[in-house]
Amino acid sequence: MHEASLAAGVLRVVEDAAQRERFARVRVLRLEVGALAGVEPRALRFALEAMAPGTCLAGARIDIDEPAADAWCLGCDSRVQVRSRLEPCPNCGGWRLQPSGGTEMRVVELIVDDEPDQPRVE
Amino acid sequence: MCVICGCNKPGGAKADSGEPAPGHVAVDARTGDLHYGAGPARVSIPGISQQRAIRLEADVLGENQRIAALNRAHFDGHGVAAYNLVSSPGSGKTTLLCATIEALRQRAPGLPVAVIEGDQQTSNDAERIRATGAPAIQVNTGKGCHLDAQMVADAYGRLPLHDHAHDHAHDHGHDHAHDHGQGHPHGHAHPHPGATGRPAALLFIENVGNLVCPAVWDLGERAKVVILSVTEGEDKPLKYPDMFAAARLMLLNKTDLLPHVDFDVERCIAYARRINPGIEVLQVSARSGQGLAAWVDWLLGARGDASGAAEDREAALRARIAELEARLARAGLA
Repeated sequence: MHEASLAAGVLRVVEDAAQRERFARVRVLRLEVGALAGVEPRALRFALEAMAPGTCLAGARIDIDEPAADAWCLGCDSRVQVRSRLEPCPNCGGWRLQPSGGTEMRVVELIVDDEPDQPRVE
Repeated sequence: MCVICGCNKPGGAKADSGEPAPGHVAVDARTGDLHYGAGPARVSIPGISQQRAIRLEADVLGENQRIAALNRAHFDGHGVAAYNLVSSPGSGKTTLLCATIEALRQRAPGLPVAVIEGDQQTSNDAERIRATGAPAIQVNTGKGCHLDAQMVADAYGRLPLHDHAHDHAHDHGHDHAHDHGQGHPHGHAHPHPGATGRPAALLFIENVGNLVCPAVWDLGERAKVVILSVTEGEDKPLKYPDMFAAARLMLLNKTDLLPHVDFDVERCIAYARRINPGIEVLQVSARSGQGLAAWVDWLLGARGDASGAAEDREAALRARIAELEARLARAGLA
């Protein structure tokens, strides 16, 4: 189950951002997993939830978008969208599709709570 | 970068808890003073907490991608053609590799060849490779189901292939596999072929036997080669499409067994092309040696394209170029 390794990659991205942007915890984690990314969103969610306790992701809501993939159909010379590698061209029914995306796997956005600074007495 | 998101959750200090307030108010523990605007936004807007949205657009595999790019630059810099061999367990990868090393020794004597072996456990496969005389490093992934770019960087730094390439140009005793920084800091006195043409050395990376996970991890290889044996189902390209989509070449192995099994070669190739119109196909048998010459030609860059897929590949590339040009034109950049 490579989703566990990917979840660790997500956590790393988030923790790097936490250090850079100085926030304490994540309320919402928004991910994008392309339809052809080779990732099972349910397994990714499971892995993230298992990993979250004790990190800034603890209790965060996890939203996973699954955009369809753009592909070029060599049969009818058109740009189409597919949701799996097993789909034929929706225009001509042909199989000679060349995907030009859909393998992205990104942390798109975080909604975070700021870390309170140390109180300053001036 | 910082955007106040408009969420109206109150972020005020909790008078009863004694804890620092979680929101936009910092409480001085000694005096009880409240400090607004201490958060990174440095401002407080009544009714709006310091909760904010951060747009990241960060690639989850970004770190692996970064190391893979360093591996690729490293391999290219040394003229090493690296191939990532992927398949299900039992397709005959290691036997094929041993036969390939023997065939290369005949065809290209003196060409350095090395192997990185990935398995969850045991060094059996690396020992089989070393028995052929080729250097090999075993990588045990433990519970892991795939090799990643860092593992390959670590293993490559321990291979004599690496030293060999370096010895030409300069003294280079230290292990620098982790530490290339951006780009390729050391120079080389001898010319290297680029991404095409006959390589100065070959590196085979035998991935963990698994047709799913290794598809996702770039190791810095020149190409993925998927191996499917004729004792498996001919519909595997449809069952595991991501791997066949990621591979440049499919090797149909154990073809000496074709008379004894129901495997339909043509149907298998049609399924693979349905997933990946540009995939090249070669039929080989590690046991009988059938097809090995063509495979060695492919490795040495001696043949253009291993199959009739050249036209499709070219058409796909032309279509892609046209599409990108159209996109550039729309963006007003061309």
